[in-house]
Amino acid sequence: MSKDIQVSFTLNGKPVTYTVAPHTSLLRMLRNNYNYDVKCGCEEGDCGTCTVLVNGESMKSCITLAAQVEGANIVTTKGLTYGTDEIGHMIQRAFVECGSIQCGFCTPGMVMAAKEYIDDGGIADRKAIRKAISGNLCRCTGYVKIVDAIYRVAKDLGREVR
Amino acid sequence: MNTRIIPKEYNYTAPQTLAEALDILKQKNVRVLAGGTDLIVRLKMGSEEAMETMLDIKRIPELKGIAYCEKGAHIGATTALADIEENAEIIKNYPALRDALVAMAAIAVRHMGTIGGNFVNASPVADTAGPVMVYGGQVHLKGPEGERVIPADEFFVGPGKSQLKEGELLTAITLPVQPADSGAAFFKKTRVKPDISKISTTVYVERDGETITNCRIAMGAVAAKPITLPEIAKEAIGKKASKALFAEMAAKVADTIKPIDDIRSTAEYRKAVANVMVAEAFEVAWKRAGGAL
Repeated sequence: MSKDIQVSFTLNGKPVTYTVAPHTSLLRMLRNNYNYDVKCGCEEGDCGTCTVLVNGESMKSCITLAAQVEGANIVTTKGLTYGTDEIGHMIQRAFVECGSIQCGFCTPGMVMAAKEYIDDGGIADRKAIRKAISGNLCRCTGYVKIVDAIYRVAKDLGREVR
Repeated sequence: MNTRIIPKEYNYTAPQTLAEALDILKQKNVRVLAGGTDLIVRLKMGSEEAMETMLDIKRIPELKGIAYCEKGAHIGATTALADIEENAEIIKNYPALRDALVAMAAIAVRHMGTIGGNFVNASPVADTAGPVMVYGGQVHLKGPEGERVIPADEFFVGPGKSQLKEGELLTAITLPVQPADSGAAFFKKTRVKPDISKISTTVYVERDGETITNCRIAMGAVAAKPITLPEIAKEAIGKKASKALFAEMAAKVADTIKPIDDIRSTAEYRKAVANVMVAEAFEVAWKRAGGAL
């Protein structure tokens, strides 16, 4: 029998410690502890809806082990609330206003991918935006409105391409 | 089939030093975890039945990071793909490696996956293999009997099989300093951006005026392992560079390779596209070497 392990990390600004079996993925650990904002999709690293930021870098939580994030700083969509994360808020507002959400299943992952793109200085360039969200699948929107939303955020931040 | 859970129970260990890791590797049925982008998916598929211990090597500082000196670049095995593609020295000195990295998977996967993992996984499609092979890179392996250094083009043996022996760890990939007037380019074909390559090619040329003085060609997804084609590359040496020569070289490559039909593509498509892709790679490599056409 494998021994349970304790994983301590920062989740959306708060320190947490979870006890899990070594064969638990980061995704399962988060969801088993009521963090349902992280969605569970393909479970093999393709669809991207489980994307979270680990130390500011996007990672697919379904193929990350819980044990690997010991000491890390993790941000999920819950951490992008109004007042705590201005960019996260701008992205979510743009998603709503541009009609980028239909069924909503891909949205948490899309928002996290957008957040990383904008945080890394992403510009209002549709081609670059499409590349940035290439690890996230959406079966409703055809991506156009999602790209529109991220484009709008970059534009609002004055990052237009001249 | 994807079981959606990791159905296997095992012990997890994440040592801080290489010595400790090598010690743990002496035990039975240990599997090494770096980025996890291949291993975790395989676990979910219900393979890796024999694994008893998972050895996470990402906490070992000496396996991580990029150093550049007069001898060339030293890339630690657990350096994330995204960290390599953003490195200024890599962008400047090894642009074909950067081409390959940027073309791989989605950014979230490149933050996780490592160059050591791409090598040890030994997929015939491994995108980093081509550039490392044509740049004359070497693979550093460490085991109980000490360190071995082998040329990258001798590292791969077959699908999922490499020169890595039981009890050994891949510690680093090194790339020598590139001569002046040399250049390389990487091209691949996929259906959508983050897909695994249907086919990939890397071409390296050295130039003296308008003459090619050295040439190396690597191909991915056309054999049981990433391959180099030294016999064909030799035929370009001593010739004057021209679009006609590049087309001739591409036709020779397309004639020689023996790809198969699989889930990603067909042998017919791979041969047809090699005929175009190799010529394009020659052109870009030649331009990067400072040559005009």
